[in-house]
Amino acid sequence: MKFSPELDKKLNDLLTRYPEGRQRGALIPMLMFAQDEVGAITKELINEVARRCGVTPLQVDEVVGYYSMMHKKPLGKHHVQVCTNISCLLVGGEELYEHACKKLGIGHKEVTQDGQFSLEEVECMGACSWAPAIQIGYDFHHNVTPERFDQLIDALKKVQ
Amino acid sequence: MLYNEPSPLEVRVLTRRFGLPNSAHIDTYLGTDGYKAFAKALDMTQEQIIEEVKASGLRGRGGAGFPTGMKWGFVPRQSPKPKYIVVNADESEPGTCKDRLLIENDPHQLIEGVLIAALAVGATRGWIYIRGEYRYLIDIMDKALAEAYARGYLGQNILGRGFHFDLYTHTGAGAYECGEESALLESLEGKRGVPRIRPPFPAVSGAFQSPTILNNVETFCAVPPILLDGAAKFAAYGTPKNGGTRLFCLSGHVNKPGVYELPMGFNLLRMINEVGGGMRGGKKLKAVIPGGSSCPVLKAEECDLPMDFDSLMKAKSMLGSGGVVVMDETTDMVKAALRIMKFYAHESCGWCIPCREGTTWLKKLLSRLDEGRGTRADIDLVGDLSKNMLGRTFCPLGDAAAMPTISFVEKFRDEFEAKVARYAAAAGSAEPRLISLAQ
Amino acid sequence: MADLVTLTVDGKQIQAPAGTLLIDAAKRAGIEIPAFCYYEGYSLQAACRMCLVEVEKAPKLLAGCTLPVAEGMVVYTESPAVVAARKTTLEFLLTNHPLDCPVCDKGGECELQDMVFRYGAGESRFTEVKHHVDEKQWSPFVYFDAPRCILCYRCVRVCAEGMGVGALGVVNRGVISEIAPSHGDHLECDECGMCIDICPVGALTSGAYRYKTRPWEMNHVGTICTHCSNGCKTTLGVRNGEIIRANNRDRSGINGEFLCVKGRFGFDFNDNPERLTSPMMRVDGKLEPVSWSTALTAVATRFAEVKQRGGAFGVIGSNHTTNEENYYLQKFARQGLGANNIDHFRTGDVATLVDALSGSSGTLARFDDFYTAKAALVLGVDLAQQQPLLAFKLRENWRHHGLKLFAVTPGPVREDKYATAFTRVEAGQQLAALEPWRDQLKAAGELLIVYGASIKGKAVRDLVAFGASLGIPVKYVPLVDFSNSRGAIDMGLVPELLPGFKPSDQPGLTAPEMLAAANLDVLWIVGANPFERTQPAAQNAFIVVHDLFLTETAQRADVVFPASSAYEKNGTVTNVTGELQKLKAAAKTMGAKSDLEIVGLISKEMGIKTGIWTPDAVFDEIRKTVHGYNVPLPIIATGGAAQTAPVNGRVKVEANPALIQSAGDTLYTSGSLGRYSKALTSVLEYPGQLYHPARGTPVAEEAEASR
Repeated sequence: MKFSPELDKKLNDLLTRYPEGRQRGALIPMLMFAQDEVGAITKELINEVARRCGVTPLQVDEVVGYYSMMHKKPLGKHHVQVCTNISCLLVGGEELYEHACKKLGIGHKEVTQDGQFSLEEVECMGACSWAPAIQIGYDFHHNVTPERFDQLIDALKKVQ
Repeated sequence: MLYNEPSPLEVRVLTRRFGLPNSAHIDTYLGTDGYKAFAKALDMTQEQIIEEVKASGLRGRGGAGFPTGMKWGFVPRQSPKPKYIVVNADESEPGTCKDRLLIENDPHQLIEGVLIAALAVGATRGWIYIRGEYRYLIDIMDKALAEAYARGYLGQNILGRGFHFDLYTHTGAGAYECGEESALLESLEGKRGVPRIRPPFPAVSGAFQSPTILNNVETFCAVPPILLDGAAKFAAYGTPKNGGTRLFCLSGHVNKPGVYELPMGFNLLRMINEVGGGMRGGKKLKAVIPGGSSCPVLKAEECDLPMDFDSLMKAKSMLGSGGVVVMDETTDMVKAALRIMKFYAHESCGWCIPCREGTTWLKKLLSRLDEGRGTRADIDLVGDLSKNMLGRTFCPLGDAAAMPTISFVEKFRDEFEAKVARYAAAAGSAEPRLISLAQ
Repeated sequence: MADLVTLTVDGKQIQAPAGTLLIDAAKRAGIEIPAFCYYEGYSLQAACRMCLVEVEKAPKLLAGCTLPVAEGMVVYTESPAVVAARKTTLEFLLTNHPLDCPVCDKGGECELQDMVFRYGAGESRFTEVKHHVDEKQWSPFVYFDAPRCILCYRCVRVCAEGMGVGALGVVNRGVISEIAPSHGDHLECDECGMCIDICPVGALTSGAYRYKTRPWEMNHVGTICTHCSNGCKTTLGVRNGEIIRANNRDRSGINGEFLCVKGRFGFDFNDNPERLTSPMMRVDGKLEPVSWSTALTAVATRFAEVKQRGGAFGVIGSNHTTNEENYYLQKFARQGLGANNIDHFRTGDVATLVDALSGSSGTLARFDDFYTAKAALVLGVDLAQQQPLLAFKLRENWRHHGLKLFAVTPGPVREDKYATAFTRVEAGQQLAALEPWRDQLKAAGELLIVYGASIKGKAVRDLVAFGASLGIPVKYVPLVDFSNSRGAIDMGLVPELLPGFKPSDQPGLTAPEMLAAANLDVLWIVGANPFERTQPAAQNAFIVVHDLFLTETAQRADVVFPASSAYEKNGTVTNVTGELQKLKAAAKTMGAKSDLEIVGLISKEMGIKTGIWTPDAVFDEIRKTVHGYNVPLPIIATGGAAQTAPVNGRVKVEANPALIQSAGDTLYTSGSLGRYSKALTSVLEYPGQLYHPARGTPVAEEAEASR
């Protein structure tokens, strides 16, 4: 499987971080970094990571199904994650999520037709004191009101 | 970056560099006593370091509150196996957002804490396990690690003292369960985050089956100040057996939510009213989850208490991870209980029967109760199932789901009953026999 | 041995070595602590929580499967708290279990049913919607019904740890966690079916067995698998004379519950519609069914005529027939017909080894040695494909005792995964490859040497010399291919040796020589199929064949007798490690007779007294006359394996090593029998291949962690 030279270097570097013979340690970071470039954890990627880490594809698959940030289907270009866990819930997280559904016209784990946005109702993301919070991709946005949400989305739409 | 105004009531020990320009850079760190504690530790024996940490009264900041020095002392230093250090930066407990700040604003303090731990047990390698959502922290941490390598604080022959230590970041991928130390180790080894059978504990057989010190970010970050200023000084910030300060994450219905470093034993009501600026909109306090969503909820009248491990235990709750979730009189406690159970059902690893099946059953039950499709018998069932999960599961996640649920039902039963009654009245029958349709 | 500690379980004082798990200690004291996930011999899971017990001074219930016993411990395994906990755990389990017991194959032998019967609630408080997933077929034999699965992970462990395959895993998380096969929607594995039998519920079911019967409608007959030489005990489930299932859940026999694909699914040749059910005779150039008396008379007449005129007989026996049949056949041939041309197709050089080890004792390995040996040397064999039980046992030895294994094979083998060292060497060069390991082997203190058919003749003597030069106790196993290959040699089914390795003073032709001899008057082939490869040179020979099927050989016969299969007769067989075990007739094919009876009837028809032809009577004679076969009767009578001991009989004759040739069967082939097994021929996606680049769990440290 062909990766960009940067990713390839990164994946090779990951293998050196674990004790001799325990290169399986690199499995999860490899999948995460490769997912960012490939767009999803494809069968091909699973086989490639299995090969690099010296495990069976099934052993990779077991891991992929376990972690909620690993996706076998491509997400939108901008993956919008809205937290509705307790701290966010108390200050409007649920309303924000419903607003996000309407704004984007999609539901939980769905992707817009143009592939630009995907939405996920997520568990606590570690922004409880600045709730309600969302993440778009890996970027945190704190104290998000519906209005602020619209601004963020509109700004991303404009960039395209 | 800081996301809330500091409070004048804070005692800034771990957060002392927060707000300094370029606080994450090694030059800033070195300019503010950085790596001096490590230099000091280089001249101490391993026993001395461990004794100093013991004397500080430092207890694990991840949630369980186990004495840190004692944990370090369990590592068999004579073992021929390599020793490892693992930092738990898988901060996932709902209500908790402190480790994020410690890494974002002062990554070198964490590196220094880890180095001291490595010295104390003769470790050669370490990993900072950062939850997948905190990708930006991996970039910050990697930069800090590169700086530390460049300045000779990591790698071969550190500071010319013949000490070798390598430290790496390791990303998680979205799993609350990996905050549990043995599940984290499985994840570090490239496996599903399923906890291990213990004993053996990580101190004896941890990362890659080698002796390992595994602590929370905040715990490691407390170590440089302890060594630098002395254990006694650190201990004195807090209450007996609860040494030091702690980062509290105030969230929910307060005027000034935020992360604040306060002495251990700080009064909870004062925290809400003085640090947090009081209840939002002048509403009345109804309840507080004192240490993240796993902790039994406290009713307003139970909140006049010092925030330390022992006082909270006396109040039949826990200090947990420092996530203080404040709820006012408008809070729908059935909905809150449901949201918390939904979380545990989502995060249950599925390994053992009571947790795997119990959390989902409870989620479905609470969901019906919340939507008014429940009966009084269902309320009893919620309590009964939770009690039957408690203490029976493979790892503490089952307890973490059961404990708050039991407390919600016991302390706010009237709200559960009101929902049953309200919908029952609407349906024209005192106890509608429920027919469950969709989930 | 560890120090004994004394503890109290349910008021009963028991003793156990310190460190023993409570669940084991209790079991040995006759107290059963229930469990789903705990499985003796495999890694601990502590997942099902059924084994929670009350321990005095412990703040909560503890899992008996991970709790080491300690001095003074006081345990209650059936206290009200424990029973209540089990009741709720079962209630939790049943929330997503479909409760389709009336149509579930496992009904009646389901551990979940039994557990709910014993501890479960009469009613469920669960009124929510169950999580449903459709059933999947993963291979010709393996079906998976996820909702029935209780996630005890037995299947995952038996596949990875037991079989060394690792074709099953767990995907997803939480309540939707599911067992998954190696290749997305299907399995590529050994198809051994171990996962199916170890499943405590009906989640994994067998394609061969599903929906065929209720378990209580079958009779269960314990006999010995007729395929390879390992000699696994198999329990045949028989209904109305038809074999429906094979497994070994009672763990009797040397194999415990191990069976490979052949043992578990390859029994169906027995009910193949092509089975011969009547003798056949060539009439006007065509084979026609005839009565037994017609066929017997024809054969007896011809045999008598040839014998009288001093004509030449050639007799080729089988690797599958019983010791009694082989003994009786050679006795009748040698003494009754005066025929010294008697042989079978040899698959391992046992005789040379027996001779090379003359004068020593305890040097021929027993099956138990595979589990206890400190070190093992595997030479020129793909054990997982050809000797699956031996491979399984060595792996178990490694998991439990840290066996040091050394492999010298022409291609990759599964043993590589955990071998201390391995090397790739072609046949003939194996010995040289051992030299670098000399010190390591010596250091092991004792050694088990397992070698394939490529080591024969002088190479065997060289190997024994190498073993002796190590100066440590060394035991040997000469590998052979089939269920009674070893017994055939022991019974003198070779021209140069009489039963018990006594040299024959009138050695006749070997099997290849018989096929090549143009002047044979009679060629009598009992349960072998040589014409598949070689046509006989004797154009005018009268050919008599016993077989289950109209094989290439039978098709050329003048008279064909329909023979019973090993699953249809009594008698004994000797496995690869020289253990004698009893066959027990399970099924019956109308019209067929055992080879023993056929030989007996021919003998009778000819008026020759060869002795009573019941298995017991012949075995009695074998015990009296064959060296090393004087085994204790109670052992085999109760279904055990009794060690035969042919060493110390110096074998004075040397056979041509070229006669020794492995058939090269894999996991999915079994000579002619395999061709008539629909089950074995249905495994298409994963054809058995020797020395295939190894599949399986590649991470050694993982398996290490599991032991």
